[in-house]
Amino acid sequence: MTRRITVAAKVEDARALGYLRTLRDIFPGSKIRSVAVAQAYTVDAKLTAKEIDTFARRLTNPLIDEYSTSRVIAPKKYTFVIEIGFHPGVTDNVAKTARQMLEDALGKKLKKDEDVYTSFFVFLDGVSRSDAEAMARELHNPLIERASIYDAKQAKRGLPIVVPQVHLHERVAVDAVSLDVSDDELVRIGKEGVANPDGTRRGPLALSLNAMKTIQSHYRKLKRLPTDIELESLAQTWSEHCKHSIFADPIDEVKEGIYKRYIKGATQKIRKSKGKRDFCLSVFTDNAGGIAFDGEYIVTHKVETHNSPSALDPFGGAITGIVGVNRDALGFGLGAKPIANVYGYCVGDPHKDVPVYRDAAKKQPLLPSRRILEGVIRGVNAGGNQSGIPTPLGFVATDPRYRGKPLVFAGTVGFLPRKSAGRVLHKKKARAGDYIVVAGGRVGLDGIHGATFSSEALASGSPATAVQIGDPITQKKMSDAVVREARDRALYTSITDNGAGGISCSIAEMAKECGGALVNLEKVPLKYPGLSPWQIWISESQERMTFAVPKKHWKELKKLFDRHDVEACVVGEFTASGKCVVKYKGKTIMDMHMEFLHDGRPVEHQKTRKPVYTNIEPPKSIRNVPLEKSLLALLSRSNIGSISFISQQYDHEVQGTSVTKPLQGRGRVNADAGVIQPLPHSKKGVVLSHGFFPWYSDIDTYAMAAASIDAAVRSAVCAGASLEHLAVLDNFCWSSSNTPERLYELKESAKAVYDTAVAYGTPYISGKDSMFNDFRGFDAKGKKIHIAAPPTLLISAIGVIDDVSRAVTIDFKAEGDRIYLIGETHDELGASEYFALLSEKAKKTYVGTGVPRTHTKKNLLAYRALEHAIQKGCIASALSVGRGGLAVALSKSAIGGQLGALLDLSQLPGNASSDDAILFSESQGRVLVSVRAGMEAEFEKAMKGAKCTRIGTVKGSELSLIAGSSTLKIPLGTLTAAYRASFKDW
Amino acid sequence: MIKPKVTIFSGYGLNCEEETKAAFEFAGAEAHIRHINDIIATPSVLKESQVLAFPGGFSYGDDTGSGKAYGNRVKEHLSEELDAFLQRDTLAIGICNGFQILTSAGLLPGALIANDSARFICRWVDLKVEGHSPWLRGIESLSLPIAHGEGKYYADQKTLAQLKKDDAVALRYERGPMSEHFDLPGNPNGALENIAGVTAYDGRVLGLMPHPERAIRFTQLPQWTCEKERYLRDGAPVPEEGPGIALFRNAVDYFA
Repeated sequence: MTRRITVAAKVEDARALGYLRTLRDIFPGSKIRSVAVAQAYTVDAKLTAKEIDTFARRLTNPLIDEYSTSRVIAPKKYTFVIEIGFHPGVTDNVAKTARQMLEDALGKKLKKDEDVYTSFFVFLDGVSRSDAEAMARELHNPLIERASIYDAKQAKRGLPIVVPQVHLHERVAVDAVSLDVSDDELVRIGKEGVANPDGTRRGPLALSLNAMKTIQSHYRKLKRLPTDIELESLAQTWSEHCKHSIFADPIDEVKEGIYKRYIKGATQKIRKSKGKRDFCLSVFTDNAGGIAFDGEYIVTHKVETHNSPSALDPFGGAITGIVGVNRDALGFGLGAKPIANVYGYCVGDPHKDVPVYRDAAKKQPLLPSRRILEGVIRGVNAGGNQSGIPTPLGFVATDPRYRGKPLVFAGTVGFLPRKSAGRVLHKKKARAGDYIVVAGGRVGLDGIHGATFSSEALASGSPATAVQIGDPITQKKMSDAVVREARDRALYTSITDNGAGGISCSIAEMAKECGGALVNLEKVPLKYPGLSPWQIWISESQERMTFAVPKKHWKELKKLFDRHDVEACVVGEFTASGKCVVKYKGKTIMDMHMEFLHDGRPVEHQKTRKPVYTNIEPPKSIRNVPLEKSLLALLSRSNIGSISFISQQYDHEVQGTSVTKPLQGRGRVNADAGVIQPLPHSKKGVVLSHGFFPWYSDIDTYAMAAASIDAAVRSAVCAGASLEHLAVLDNFCWSSSNTPERLYELKESAKAVYDTAVAYGTPYISGKDSMFNDFRGFDAKGKKIHIAAPPTLLISAIGVIDDVSRAVTIDFKAEGDRIYLIGETHDELGASEYFALLSEKAKKTYVGTGVPRTHTKKNLLAYRALEHAIQKGCIASALSVGRGGLAVALSKSAIGGQLGALLDLSQLPGNASSDDAILFSESQGRVLVSVRAGMEAEFEKAMKGAKCTRIGTVKGSELSLIAGSSTLKIPLGTLTAAYRASFKDW
Repeated sequence: MIKPKVTIFSGYGLNCEEETKAAFEFAGAEAHIRHINDIIATPSVLKESQVLAFPGGFSYGDDTGSGKAYGNRVKEHLSEELDAFLQRDTLAIGICNGFQILTSAGLLPGALIANDSARFICRWVDLKVEGHSPWLRGIESLSLPIAHGEGKYYADQKTLAQLKKDDAVALRYERGPMSEHFDLPGNPNGALENIAGVTAYDGRVLGLMPHPERAIRFTQLPQWTCEKERYLRDGAPVPEEGPGIALFRNAVDYFA
């Protein structure tokens, strides 16, 4: 029998008030008077009324809540009620907890087919039906949730009980797929997937005609047809997402491909020249990159993107992204503990709604950028906070070209001992005869075709099953069991995470370590019955890790997992057969040579072509805006302004490791670097920073990439890092990567990636790419549109420092301190935020041409000198000059310290000729520092040889500066308000 | 001096156990992290402990209400054992999610509900000490970080009156030096009468939303780079410790 329990607050409910605030903001025209909410638990199980009541009591805190098992608790007055619940099969974490509480309270397990589901009721008073409908659209995401609207009259007659049980009518069968078909059909299979008997398609394989032909001839040689699971498996393993073919394959004269020559090549060269000072321990080969922390510990880092899923379900996409990259730490070596998360969100203008649709009929709108941003923020909030991992660093970048597909970066730093139980922990090797063990969550249809989907542009056929929702608590339980106990008891020989491609990728990957695998697919625990074998094999259901477990340790490991309430089971055995064999209920359904699976992919020869750029300079007439006005306008742009509302809702203090905070100084200004201290008894620290300038790609992707690396390195040095022990990570997010022009831009950026890192001696330790951030759909007029994300490179830096008490923050500290600018200021306003501002005002596009160039030789000298000055204790504050230029940097340090400054910028080295260039040019290599009065001589001595100009003094409560023929005086209060304006009401 | 033995609960999404252990050890205690299922299986570990700690975290993801599911589990399986533990002259502390668990389990009065902002908040707050809890002996005021979504203290009139009668309000938010420095409101979440922490068992059981274990070192303070410059300019030594260590020292001293 199905029963519904509702629980509602008896006392003032901040969540209901929160809804009221939000709805009033978004629907200022509605007459909404009040909002009330009630949480519903629908129990679909054979239980007595008494048992239901016992459960209801457990769900209720009598001091603050009330419950009912017979009716939906409603407020006295309302006009409409909306019920929102998940679609069948969507991860419902609250229901999972409720079910555990029920089982714990009753001391018995629910039967097969019995379950608990949740939904919630939102009661709205004073709204019309059309208001209620609009509000329902705002409050739910139809891809994952259902919303039903009832007026008060209907509701009083009784609200229907919905049981979102999964009913699969799919045939649990394995089909052979004929490839003896026309090229057109091969293309179709590659693009839309294997055909079902009813003619529908199973979803994208993202295999090119070339790849399909390679598979065709392989199976002709074998004289049999491939099974569907074999084809799906090849699609997963060969996907751009997994094999990074664009980086791997030859491009023009670069026969070994971009990755080998420019990325790995840079690291090899740097490691060689460092010799004994090389700190890399495990690079590119594992789930994350690992460097030495000290003689006893390793620190790892990995940054991922989760763009396509976040476009469809921002919350689910982002939580899955962050919890997924946490598993990259867990899956490093024999298991690292996640100790910090970082994030970056690139979205369309969140303050402007630009409607776009996935279909011509305009039935499938994309979520507005505001909701995408809100959703991804919430997703990382839930994932990071619930996992107990601090978030010391992150950023938001906006551009209209992120409207189609947002970029959602999520990174995790891991930490592990170098040795434990006699084992070197950054090495792992599954052995033939070891059990294949999968632990964590169960498998459903979630995330099917995630890997192949992200290798394609977003369009109307994009599968909704690609959406999934992470479950941080299930993963946290597993993480505790692994890094606290199982690893150090040496209970497994290898571990890897299940991300893209699910076990099809993780098992195939680990099988490389020993030479083969045999899987019994029916052993994999399922969320619900009815999944076909190919679905089980490639499902990306979350929170799962795969282990290689020596048979003699299985019992002990199983017992350990049981104690931690973690589900784990043996699904097969690693072998040395040279084959990856999958059986289902005894029948062999996949039998593939490891060699073909991993190396059979046809190589594509890529050709590039230099694009023609037609960027124009803004005319003098529109550069006449008063500089004060422009500075305040820049400070209040979302690419520069405060994102304190995000920093404050992400726990950056958990684990007790925080040293410098995401918000720095009295004025709480967002920093581009953060420092943590991983061990309570060692002063050694880890510095994290980032750099990105996607806008520069409009002029020159070489300059874009160089600036990104320069900025990340520079921000790290400002916070106290040393170039001696600093590594970087690359995340390329490109679009239209099948066009020769974009490939040209990619190649150019890769050259910069090599040149800049080699110059600074900062090796790449890990990287990831996402090559098709395109959206093909329709605008409000129903016209076909293509939105391509600007070529974006995120560089993340990670460094190790000896003493966290020498870390530096960006805020001015005291009156009388001397202010210096390190570096040169040139006429480099091309693709600057200033030009973007002017363009917006003029409603035209003026990108300009003078893009900032990175001069590594000069910069290196300056950074080393700065490092020295910081160690000497001369520096009170340091801030790398970035987006918005020197005027914005000065404002940030002033707002941070809530201290004014008296400045003369007339004598800056460099060729900046106009006053606005002095203030807003984004020339790289520059650092703004303040030096404690009395330490000038020592500082200047330390900086000898580097360009370093004294520009003023910390003083008073206004920013007062001379730039060429202009004089600016802006009170701190005005600056602070402008800086906080962009997300003021968020 | 006797080293008191501390048992720190873990499991199901609690996540501050390691820094809580480090804080107790730094203060001179012997601390062990134990999974609640291990404690349920072998409750005798409680008999060997002088201090129990329910650390911060996100047990069961805060699903169905913060601390509820874990609190139920404690109540369901360890009621008698905890009762026996508290009959002895022992100490217990619930920090953040631990506080929410102890109120849900009925070991501390009141409840914690969603912040007025309806959003998770991480910042530092200033606290005024009241009452007579041994955990807070010798401390008048201190600043600590908070990080919670459901930290607004609530009690009905009856409970509140009883709290006052028992002298059981231990900590109240105030607009002190940290709030002044960052220009933030004193009360971060709308807590009733600014209550940040309460006690039971004559002060021996303390529940508080702020995290003392995250304030052990000077370099954990949010404005330490600014303070450091002040000390340097005054020619004064730069401190090493943070304010939170005092609570853990008090616990150790209680058994001295």
